[in-house]
Amino acid sequence: MATLDDEIREGVDRETVETVRAMGGTYKYGWDTDIEMEYAPKGVNPDIVRLISEKNGEPEWMTEWRLSAFERWEQMEEPDWAMVTYPEINFQDQYYYARPKSFETKPKSLDEVDPKLLATYEKLGIPLKEQMILAGVEGAEDMPAEGRKVAVDAVFDSVSVGTTFQSELKKAGVIFCSISEAIKEHPELVKKYLGSVVPASDNFYATLNSAVFSDGSFVYIPPGVRCPMELSTYFRINAENTGQFERTLIIADKGSYVSYLEGCTAPQRDTAQLHAAVVEIIIEEDAEVKYSTVQNWFPGDEEGKGGIYNFVTKRADCRGDRAKIMWTQVETGSAVTWKYPSCILRGNESQGEFYSIAIANNMQQADTGTKMIHLGKDTKSRIVSKGISAGQAQNTYRGAVTMHPKAKNGRNYTQCDSLLIGDQCGAHTVPYIEVRNNSARVEHEATTSKVDDDQLFYCRQRGMDEEEAVALVVNGFCKEVLQALPMEFAMEAQQLVAISLEGSVG
Amino acid sequence: MAIKRAQLKQQKQDALAARQPVLSMPEGGEWITAARKDAAGRLDAMGLPIRRDEYWKYTRPDAFTSAAPEAAALADDAGAQVFEGVDVLTVVFRDGAFDADASDALALDGVEISRLADAAQADIHWAKDIYGALETAGQDPVERPLAALNTAYATDGLVIRATGAAAKPIHVVYERSSDTSDVVLHHVIKVEEGASVTLLETGAAGARANTVTEVTVADTAAFHHVRSQGRDQERQLLTHMFARLGSESTFKSFTLTPNGKMTRNECIMELTGDDAIAHVAGALMADGKDVHQDDTIFITHDAVNCESRQVFKKVLSNGATGVFQGKILVKQGAQKTDGYQISQSLLLDEDSQFLAKPELEIYADDVACSHGSTSGAIDEDALYYLRARGIPHRKAQDLMVLAFLAEAVDEIESEELREAILRRIRLWLDLEDDL
Repeated sequence: MATLDDEIREGVDRETVETVRAMGGTYKYGWDTDIEMEYAPKGVNPDIVRLISEKNGEPEWMTEWRLSAFERWEQMEEPDWAMVTYPEINFQDQYYYARPKSFETKPKSLDEVDPKLLATYEKLGIPLKEQMILAGVEGAEDMPAEGRKVAVDAVFDSVSVGTTFQSELKKAGVIFCSISEAIKEHPELVKKYLGSVVPASDNFYATLNSAVFSDGSFVYIPPGVRCPMELSTYFRINAENTGQFERTLIIADKGSYVSYLEGCTAPQRDTAQLHAAVVEIIIEEDAEVKYSTVQNWFPGDEEGKGGIYNFVTKRADCRGDRAKIMWTQVETGSAVTWKYPSCILRGNESQGEFYSIAIANNMQQADTGTKMIHLGKDTKSRIVSKGISAGQAQNTYRGAVTMHPKAKNGRNYTQCDSLLIGDQCGAHTVPYIEVRNNSARVEHEATTSKVDDDQLFYCRQRGMDEEEAVALVVNGFCKEVLQALPMEFAMEAQQLVAISLEGSVG
Repeated sequence: MAIKRAQLKQQKQDALAARQPVLSMPEGGEWITAARKDAAGRLDAMGLPIRRDEYWKYTRPDAFTSAAPEAAALADDAGAQVFEGVDVLTVVFRDGAFDADASDALALDGVEISRLADAAQADIHWAKDIYGALETAGQDPVERPLAALNTAYATDGLVIRATGAAAKPIHVVYERSSDTSDVVLHHVIKVEEGASVTLLETGAAGARANTVTEVTVADTAAFHHVRSQGRDQERQLLTHMFARLGSESTFKSFTLTPNGKMTRNECIMELTGDDAIAHVAGALMADGKDVHQDDTIFITHDAVNCESRQVFKKVLSNGATGVFQGKILVKQGAQKTDGYQISQSLLLDEDSQFLAKPELEIYADDVACSHGSTSGAIDEDALYYLRARGIPHRKAQDLMVLAFLAEAVDEIESEELREAILRRIRLWLDLEDDL
C-alpha cells in the first residue's frame, strides 16, 4: 500500500507543492530593471529598419533583405483565424529597438557588462558566469554537478548581453553567439540558411520579424560533433512599450547533436507588449536537435490587463535522411499565445516529435500546436499535447499532420488531451489531418475532461488542500510531456504548472 | 502574396453574381415569400463560397456555384431499390419534379404530409416557424450560403408533421432521367411532442442537386433518417440537414454514399433540451479518381446531459477523395455532455486520399468529449489470416471492407433498415451470393 509520500514522489516533486504554497499566486518575474535605455523612435518604417540594421553594423545584403521583407509586410493582413481576441495592435505605437545605454560600444566580454544587467539575470536565476550547473533552478544545487554545463546567450530587450562558454564551445567547433555577431563573423552561413526554413514572406508576424529583428541566437554544430553542453537562450523584455523581435537560427550539420533550451520572462506592466520571434532549425543527415522551451512571459493580471502577445513562428527542417527534431514546450505565460512549432520531414526516415503543455489561467488565451509535414519516405512523427484551462482562459490546440503522396510508410500518432478547471474557461481542439497515400498510417486521439473527482477526493482525504490536490493531478496529467524535458527544465516546469494554476480553484 | 480579406469578399460576391441570374424565386403565399426574400437577403450579404473559404478547404465549391451543372450521364443502377421489401409510403421526385403517378397518396396515420409547392400557396402555414429558421440559426458561427440559396429558390419538397407514431417510414425516392437537371428541394419536418417518424431517402435528385431538410424534434419525440445517395457515378449533390432537438428527444441519421462525382453532406444539429440524443453516421464506398465525398458535421450542445455521437467510415479506392469535417461545440452550461466522434478511412490504393478536420470547442468543464481519427491501408495480417483459410484475395478484401463499413451501419436503430443497407453493400461488393 503506497503512502502519501510515495504517491507524491512518484507523480510530482514535493517541492512543487511547497512552492505553490510559498508563491502566493503572483508572477515571480514581474519586477523590472531600472537601467538607462536607448530607443529607436516609435513606429516601424524603412528608416527604422535601416536604423536597426545600422545599429547591428550589418552588411548591405542584410539591410536589403530586411527592407524587402518590410515591403512585403506592408501588403499583408494580420491573421484572424486563431481562436484568440485582443484589441487591435497599433504597430506604429511601440518601440522596435531598445538597448541599454551602456551598449553603445558593445562590451567585449561579460566582465565589461553593466553590473545591473548581470544582476538582472542573477535575479532571474540565470547568472551569466561560467558555472558548472544552471543555478537558479530550485533544487539544482542538490543535484550532482558532474559536468552538466549550460551555455547561455542572454537577450535583453533588443540586444544580446553576452554568451557564456564561447571559447570552450569553439574548441569543439561549435559556434554559439548572438545572431548579430554571426551576421558579421559568419556571413556565409547566415546567408545560406537565414530564411530558408521560414521565408521572409512566410506569415504576417514572421515577415515583420524578418524586417525588424534586432538580435537572437545563432548555433552551428559541425558535422559529427555532439555539442559538449546544453545551449540556451534567455529572453528578457524589460523596456515598456517595446516589442521584442528575436531571431534564432540553429544549424545541425551531418551527424551532429545539440540540445537547446529557451526561457523567457517580462516585467509586470499594464499595457500589452508584442513578442514576435522566429526560430529556424536546419537538421542535416543523421543529425538531431532537441529544442525545449519554458515560456513564462508575463501573462497579464487577473483582469487580463497587460501581458505579452506571443506571436511566434518556429520551424525545423529535417533536410537530411534520418534527421531528428524534438520540440518540447511548456507554455504557461503570455496573455495571448499564437505559436506552432513545426517539422518539415523532408529526409527519408526523418523524425519529428512535439511535446507540449499549454496552461491558460485567468484571462489568458493560447492557440498553439504543431505541423508535421511528411515529405520523405518512412518518416515518423509523434504529437503529445496537454492543454489545461482554468479561470476564464481559452486554450486551443491547432495542429496539422500532412502525409504527402511520396511519404510512403509515413507514421503519425497524435494525442491531445484537454483538462478544464472551472466552468468559465474553454478548451478547443482543431486538428487537420491530410493523408495522401495509403501506406501512411495516421492516428489521432483527443479527449476533453475535467479534473477527476475521485482523484481529487483521494488527495483531499490524505490531507491536501484543494489547490495542492489539483496541482498534483495536473502534474500527473502532464507527466508524458514533463518527462521529455531536460532535467533542469523539467523541475522548473513542474513548479510552473502548479504556480500557473494558482487561484484557479475554490 | 496573400490575398486580402476584401478581395475574398469580392470573389464571393462575384460567385453569387454568376449563379444568381439562372435562379428564379417561385411564386407563393405570404409566409413563404417572406421567408424566401429573407433568405435571398442573407445570400446577398454572404455571397457564395469560394475555394479559399476555410470551410471549403478540402472540397471545391465550384460544382455547386457554377451557373449550370456539368452534364452527368445517367447511371444504370442508381440503387433506388435499397429498401425493397420494407413497408413504406413512397414519394417520388423525378429531376426535382413531384411524380404523382409513381408516388403513393400523401396520407399516413400519425402524420400530416404535403408537398412544399402546395403548402407554399397558403398565406399562413405551420411550417413558417421552421422554414428557413433553422437554416438561419445554422449560419452562425459558420456561413452556409448554399443553404440560404436553397431556402430562397427551392421549388418543391415535403412538409411533414408527425403528431403520433408514424405508421410506416416515408420513403423519398429521387429519380433522374435528365443529364442536365439542376434541382433545388427543401423539406420541413416537425416531430411533435412524443411523436416519431422515419424518413428514408434514396437516389440522386438530379444531375446536380441542392437539398435542405429542416427538422425540429420536440420533447420526447424521435426522428430517424436513413438514406442511400444513389450509385450514380456522375451526379453532384449537396445536402444540408438542420435539426433542433428538445428534451429527451432522439435524432438518428445514417447516410450511405456509394460513389458520385461530388457529394457534400452537411449536418447541423442543435441540442437545446436536456437529455437529448443525437447520432449521425455515414458509410462511404468511393471508387474512382473522380469521386469526391465530404461529410461536414456541426453539433452544438446547449443543454445539460445530452449525448452526441458521430461515426464515419470511408473506403477509398482508385484515387477517390474522402473528407470529414466534424465539430462538437459545447456551450457554457451544457454540463454532463457526452460527445463522441470517430472518423476512419481505409485507403485501398496509393492514389486515394483522406482529409479530416475533427474539431472540439468546449466551454463547460464537466464533460466527456473525445474524437478519434485513423487512416491507413487494409490490415495485412487480417488479410493474410483470411487468405490462409482459402479465401481469395479480392474476396478477403471485400469482407474486410464490409466489416469496416458495418460499424457505421450498426448505428441504424431499426434492424430491418440496417439489414437493407448491409444487403445493398454486400451486393455492391459482390458478396451477396456467399453470405
